[in-house]
Order: sequence, then structure tokens, then C-alpha cells
Amino acid sequence: MTAQTTNPAMTASLSARRRPPFSPWSAVAIVVALTLALPILVIFGHVFIPAGEVWTHLRETVLADYVLNSLALLIGVGIGVLLIGVPVAWLVSVCDFPGRGIFQWALMLPLAMPAYIIAYTYTGMLDFSGPVQGLIRDLTGLGYGEYWFPEIRSLGGAMVMLTLVLYPYVYLLSRAAFLEQSVCVLEVSRTLGAGPFGGFRRVALPLARPAIIAGLTLALMEVLADYGTVAYFGVSTFTTGIFRTWYALGDPAAAAQLSAVLLTFVFVLIVLERWSRAKARFHHTSRRYSTLPRYQLRGWKGTAAFVGCLLPVLLGFLLPAFQLGLWTMQTTEQWMNPAFGRLVFNSFWLAIAAAVIAVALALVLAYARRMEGGRFTGVAVRVAGMGYAVPGIVIAIGVMIPFAAFDNALDGFMRDTFGLSTGLLLSGTVFALLFAYTVRFLAVSLQTVEAGLGKIQPSMDDAARSLGMRPLQTLTRVHLPIMRGTLLTALLLVFVDVLKELPATLILRPFDFNTLAVRAFELASDERLAESSSAALAIVLVGLVPVILLSVTIGRSRPGQQGPTRAADAEPPQKPLAMPAGTTNTP
Amino acid sequence: MTQPIDTTLQVPHTPLVALDRVDIGYDGTAVVHQVSLALSKGQIGCLLGPSGCGKTTLLRAIAGFEPLMAGSIQLDGRSVSDARGTVPPEKRGVGMVFQDFALFPHLSVADNIGFGIRHWSRKDRDERIRSLLKLVGLSGYGESFPHALSGGQQQRIALARALAPRPKLLLLDEPFSSMDVELRGELAREVRRILRAENTTAILVTHDQHEAFAFADRIAVIHQGRVAQWDTAYNLYHRPADRFVADFVGEGTLIPGMVCAEHVVDTAFGEIEGTLSEQLPPGTAVDVLVRPDDIAIDNEAGTIRTEILDKAFRGADFLYTLRLPDGLSVLCMAPSHDNFVIGEHVRLRLDFTHLVVFSRGSGVDCPAS
Repeated sequence: MTAQTTNPAMTASLSARRRPPFSPWSAVAIVVALTLALPILVIFGHVFIPAGEVWTHLRETVLADYVLNSLALLIGVGIGVLLIGVPVAWLVSVCDFPGRGIFQWALMLPLAMPAYIIAYTYTGMLDFSGPVQGLIRDLTGLGYGEYWFPEIRSLGGAMVMLTLVLYPYVYLLSRAAFLEQSVCVLEVSRTLGAGPFGGFRRVALPLARPAIIAGLTLALMEVLADYGTVAYFGVSTFTTGIFRTWYALGDPAAAAQLSAVLLTFVFVLIVLERWSRAKARFHHTSRRYSTLPRYQLRGWKGTAAFVGCLLPVLLGFLLPAFQLGLWTMQTTEQWMNPAFGRLVFNSFWLAIAAAVIAVALALVLAYARRMEGGRFTGVAVRVAGMGYAVPGIVIAIGVMIPFAAFDNALDGFMRDTFGLSTGLLLSGTVFALLFAYTVRFLAVSLQTVEAGLGKIQPSMDDAARSLGMRPLQTLTRVHLPIMRGTLLTALLLVFVDVLKELPATLILRPFDFNTLAVRAFELASDERLAESSSAALAIVLVGLVPVILLSVTIGRSRPGQQGPTRAADAEPPQKPLAMPAGTTNTP
Repeated sequence: MTQPIDTTLQVPHTPLVALDRVDIGYDGTAVVHQVSLALSKGQIGCLLGPSGCGKTTLLRAIAGFEPLMAGSIQLDGRSVSDARGTVPPEKRGVGMVFQDFALFPHLSVADNIGFGIRHWSRKDRDERIRSLLKLVGLSGYGESFPHALSGGQQQRIALARALAPRPKLLLLDEPFSSMDVELRGELAREVRRILRAENTTAILVTHDQHEAFAFADRIAVIHQGRVAQWDTAYNLYHRPADRFVADFVGEGTLIPGMVCAEHVVDTAFGEIEGTLSEQLPPGTAVDVLVRPDDIAIDNEAGTIRTEILDKAFRGADFLYTLRLPDGLSVLCMAPSHDNFVIGEHVRLRLDFTHLVVFSRGSGVDCPAS
């Protein structure tokens, strides 16, 4: 047999089968990642372009406003979401009071409410001719200007609006952290004599800190990305500034430079979060969970807990949703017509197309990583998932600049050589929109698909390979059928996110092409609040789907809640960092 | 195979699978060193060793999942792995049964078995699935789904699935480790019967020597990535090649001694006579392997006085720990109808036919229990 090792024919056939340095899978992953990184590269590329007149003008006049207003929003909303999110999370996870079971999921409802929609809904409710002030006038008999009422369309108003819809991020993550702790340490703290509040302050809160900060970071990233609310309220922040520079001042380079500053803010946030977590990495010493007898809150305490949990749900979802429903009923002519049907159709097929693209690419990337596990593939997958941290308006600018340049160059070339105009091939079409959506929301599908793929043991791949399947066949015949549910979830999450997306759609949509989100925003901006309600309500209703999905998933994966013990076979609890993806509020 | 030179080389006794000085490793560090093994058609081999010894890595290399750093693997006279390349697993015709079975949860039992033979004609495929289900004793389970089956049933389906394409070689990666201890032996014998019925060449990986004994014709004891001994179960037990094998396979004690003559070693038991496992000049300091069945408690004819230190009831026999007059302790197996008490003094009779000796300071020094 040793003679055969040196057989020249064998040697030749073996060397032909040598593995290439880059497999086709990782090559595809790297190409996809580079393509999706294009907008961000374009934005940062503009940092090196000498500042023009407009930039100088911006810096001298409004830049300070942008920075101050954005910082004020960050601080205000940050405090707000912490003050709401952490206490209610603690109440529903460690205490028992009337309605706790319902609040567990109901507290997530505001996730379905995009911030710009809640903003103009409250404007409609609270302005001079709205029901609230009308009631005040009826009760007191006072007239216009004779009483003080807070102005909702202000920086403070924007803080309140954003807080109301963003606190669920903090709620979700800190609740998961509290539940994770229940048995390991809280029982110990009780045996050592710590009461409910002592245990909360001295044990639960410090342990949950990494999760709370993670939730806070997600909420603050949404604050930086928000365009609809601040634009509607007339608050000058980075996003509105970018929009104005792009359209009103017509200076793409300055808009890109402004975007780069905004992106720097985002990256600082991410770095701060990583840094705060790196210092505090807690591992739970026990993986055993049993039901912790909850603190029974009775009497006034129970009532206080009930009200404390009800208010965020009421203000963040029930009231505005009710108002939207009311307006929709009053304006049937707005939505019972073919034009509205076209809006729904546009929005839906756009969202479906984007979802299919995002999930397909996520599958390719995640599978490439599973197959190769090499460093390049890993980095490529990380880069491709970066877009979720980038505000939609920044992506829009980053897409528009290179696409327009390409279109102009191609058009010029065709005109010069063939005498015909190709017009706007990329920038003015749905293609640009789909590309931007993919950049922004690939992370959503990627997280879901990677989690699903991770649950399939590697031995499945090996088994399929040893039974004669090539890698691609293994994917289609083994992984895809097993992951059907996961893929559906991923599709749905991207679908809903795209449906709610506003700023990128505003900038990139083809001429005369409207979606539900754009229409709702435009009508609201024209003070036609009631008329915009049907489109808004449609978005809210669709947005409920991932919230329901989320509450079902959490209900299932919750350790130590159902049975008395779910010891060794219980899955190790995971930080549900993957969850908030797919539930953006602020387009 | 089309080269004439190949056929001339194919002597009838060409092994079905042959590993030649195989090195496997990651990032330049080898975890498997210089492994050479060969099995002929229909033989069942076993890679036996403690966890982390490299046996699973070796098996995965035979399947084509791991590339080689050096050496070569031949399958049916054809080189399938060497330092320059690896034939991918799907092109090898090697079946594999996984530790966790890895049954496809979205497919019925019949579809799982038929997975590797999807290109067969429908009639042949159905026939093959039916006969395999019969072979593994699960006829009538074809429409069930894997999650509805017990562990032992899943195990047998995994085996049937791997056997379906009639692989040249079947690899089993600790297939019984997730089973109850009582089930293991039974299943091992059962699987052996099935492999014999299919005349399949197979390699099993396990850390359980009883499983290896029950299953394999030849066993490779792997220690730190090297083959310590490639032999039959009988020889592993009675003629261990080194101290590691002597310690790892079976129970026993190494007691110090000195070679006095060609067939005689002087020990704490006195002079023992028997054929020495290696020829050593008189005066060599050695360790002698004493198996629990090499000595017997015999209060009439026994000559060596010992004290019972400990005992373990094992059903058919007791395993006693005995203390020799000079303080050494040895293990002794005795039928369980004689029940001695701890602290009791008994006499020993020696029952050696051959002596396994390791000269002191030679070979790897392994702490013998």
C-alpha cells in the first residue's frame, strides 16, 4: 500500500483536489460585506474632502445647536427610559400584584408604535383644538391665552415621546437579567436578611447593570437615528440637519460630513457600551432555576405597582392607538379608496422584497461562517451586520452619493458615445431603496438566522456530508427545512422594520412613489393629522406582529417560571440582545 | 483505478482501509502523531483511549472532515487523504454514525434512511429501506419521526441510515455513550451482528474498553495521539505493549521485582516462574504486572499471607484489595460465594502462566493503579 502513495496518477488527482485558500463561500461573504459597507465607506470617505462653504456656514451657525439638541435628547431620553424601564421590569419579574401576568407582555406594546406616529398623535390630542385643551376650556370656562398649557412640539416634548416608545428596550433586557438571577443570588440575599428593596438595590440592580446598559444603548441609538419626531417637532438635530443640508442647501458633501459626525456619536455609544460590559462580566454560578416565591404586593403597594405599570402602556400605546382608531373611523374616505390600496401594495411588496433579499444574504453569510469559520469570513459577517447601528438617513446619503455619481457617469458616457441617455439607472429607482434597506436591516435577519443555524448541531452537517451531500445540497436539504420557522421569523422582522422605515425612504424613493410611512408623515406634516391616521394605524398594526412574536418567544424560553424546576435540561439563559432587533421605533 | 499499474499492485490482501504514518493537527501542532493502522474487508476495528487522546480526530480524518499534516489514508486501494489534499467526505463512500445520532428532525425514519440513496430508483430505495428496518428490528417505524423514538431506536436508525448506501467503511463515533450502561453491551453486540450481516468494515471510537472488547476484532489503544498498541483484545489484556496499555486496559497492579533467571522474577510474592514478556538479563530491576486473576485466595494451598484491606462486590465475583507483608497492595478477583471480611488474613496462591514485565526506567512511566 505504501507503493500507492507514490503512484504518480494518485498524486496528480489528489493535488487537484487541494483546498483553495479562499473557498467560494468565504469569497461570496467578503464580496457581500464589502458591497454592504459601501455607504459607510462613502460617508467616512467624505471626511477627507476639504470642507466647503456650506460646511463652514453650518459650523458657524447651526452645528452647535445640532450637537446640543442631540446631546440633550440623549440625556433626557436616557434618564426617562431608565426611570421607566428598570422599575417596571423589576416589578413584573420579582413581585406579584394584580395584572402582573398581563403587564409582562403589555409593557412591550409601545415597541409597535413608531416615534413619529406617537408624536403627531399626541400633537393632535394636546394642541389647542384637541380634546384635552377643549375639555380644560369647557371645565374652567377660560378662553385662548388665559391658561398655561405645555407646548408638546418642543425639545421636551420630543424627549417624552421618544421615552414613551423606547423604554421597552430597557424593560426587555433588564427583565431578562432579573429573571436570570432569580434563584442564584436573590434567595441568598434573602437568607442574609435583605428585604425586597435591599435585595433590589444591593444585588439585583448591580448584577443587571450590563443588561440595563445594553438596553439603554439600543434606545439611545434609536434616539440618534430618529428623524420623524424631531422633524415634526421642529427640533434641530443631526438628522434634520442632514436632511436640510441635502435638500435645502443641496450640498451632498456637507451632508455626508454631518453624517460622519453623527456616526461618530453612534460609534462612541457602542464603544462605551462594550467598555462598560467588559469591566463587568457576571456569570451565574448556578444553572438551576426554580420558581422564586415573588414578593406579594398588597393594598396600596399593589395598587401603586399596578398604576406604575399601567401608565407606560396607557401613554405609550393604548391612548395613541385609540386616538388613531378614532380618527381612522372618522375618515373612512381616506382609506376606503384605491389610492390607499396602492399605498398598502407599494409598502408591502417593497418590504417583502427587502425581507427576501436580507434573509437570503443572511443565510449565505451565516452559512459561510459555519462552513469556514475563518477570520476573514468572521470579519466579513460582522461588517455586513454593522448597518443596524447606522441611522437610516446616513445610509440614504451614503447610498445616494455613489449611485448618483455612477448614474451621471454612465449617462454622460452613453450620451457622448452613442448619443442616448440612460437616465437614472440606480439612484432614482426602487433598487437604491432595496439596497439601503438591506444595508440597514441585514443585521436583523443575520442575528435570527445565525441563532437558528447555531441550534443545529454540527454533526448534522457531517452526517449529510458523509451521506454524499455537497455543502450547498446540505444547506438546501438539511438546514433550510429544519430552519423553516426561523427563516419565517427573520422575514417577518425585516418586513416590519422596512414597513416602518421613514428617513431613507423619504430620500431614496422614486419620484411619485409613496409608502404608508411616507404618506403618514407627509399628511401629518401638513397638519392633516386625522387623514394620516389610517396609514399610521396600518403601520402600528403590522408592528404588533413582532411584539407578539417576541412575547411568545420570551414566554417559552423563560427559565424558572412555569414548572417548579427545570434543572439540567433547561437551555442556558441567553441575553436576549438579539431581540430588540426587528423592533425599531424610530425610523 | 483505470491505470494498469494500480491493478498490478492490488494483491488480494490489500487492506480495505490503511493509515500510513498519519499526522493531524491544527495551526502546525500535531494532535495525532505517526499513526499507522490497517483493516481488511469485513474486519471491525476500534480506537480506544481516554478522552482527549485524539481518537475522534483520527476518525474524522478517515471520514474526510480533517486534513492531514503528513502521512496518507488509503481506502480500498485508493489514496483519499494526504498532506496535499483531502477527498471531501461526500465523495468517499464512508458511512458515519454520530455520537448524538444527528438524525434529521424534519424527515421521517424512512426518509432519514433513504437520505443517502436518493439517486437510487424508487423501487430499490424502498426495498433497501425496508430490509434495513428489518435488520435493525424496527419494521413498521418507517413513518415515525425521530423525536418519537427512544435513544436506542434512534441509534439503530442512525446505523441503518449510515449503512443504506452500502459504504465501504463505517465509522462509529462513541455511538453508545449516551445509552444506559445496561443497554450498551446489548446494543454493541446487536450492532456487531448487523455489521457482520452486511459484511461491513467498521471502525469504532470509544473510551469504554468493555465496549471495545465486545465489538472489535482489533483494537488500537491511543495515548496522547499515538497508537500505543494495535492488537486483539486478548493480547491487549495479556500482553500489553507498555505501561500505559497495562494500566488502561483491565485492572492490575505493577509490583517491583528483579529478574533472577530466564523465566524467574523475584518479587514480594517470592520467586515467580513464567515466560517473560521481554528477554532481560538477570539482575534487571523490573515491574511485574499482576492481574486480579493472576492470584487466587486459597487458604489450604496458598503460601503468601495477606490481609484484606478493602473489597468490592461485583456480582459474580469480589474484587479484593490485599496487603502483602511488606506493605504493597494488589487486587485479587475471587468468586463471590466466599465472603471474606475486611481485616481478615487470607493466603494467596499464584496462578501465572506468563509474566508481563517492564524494566524499570524504560518506557513511559505510568502510574499503575
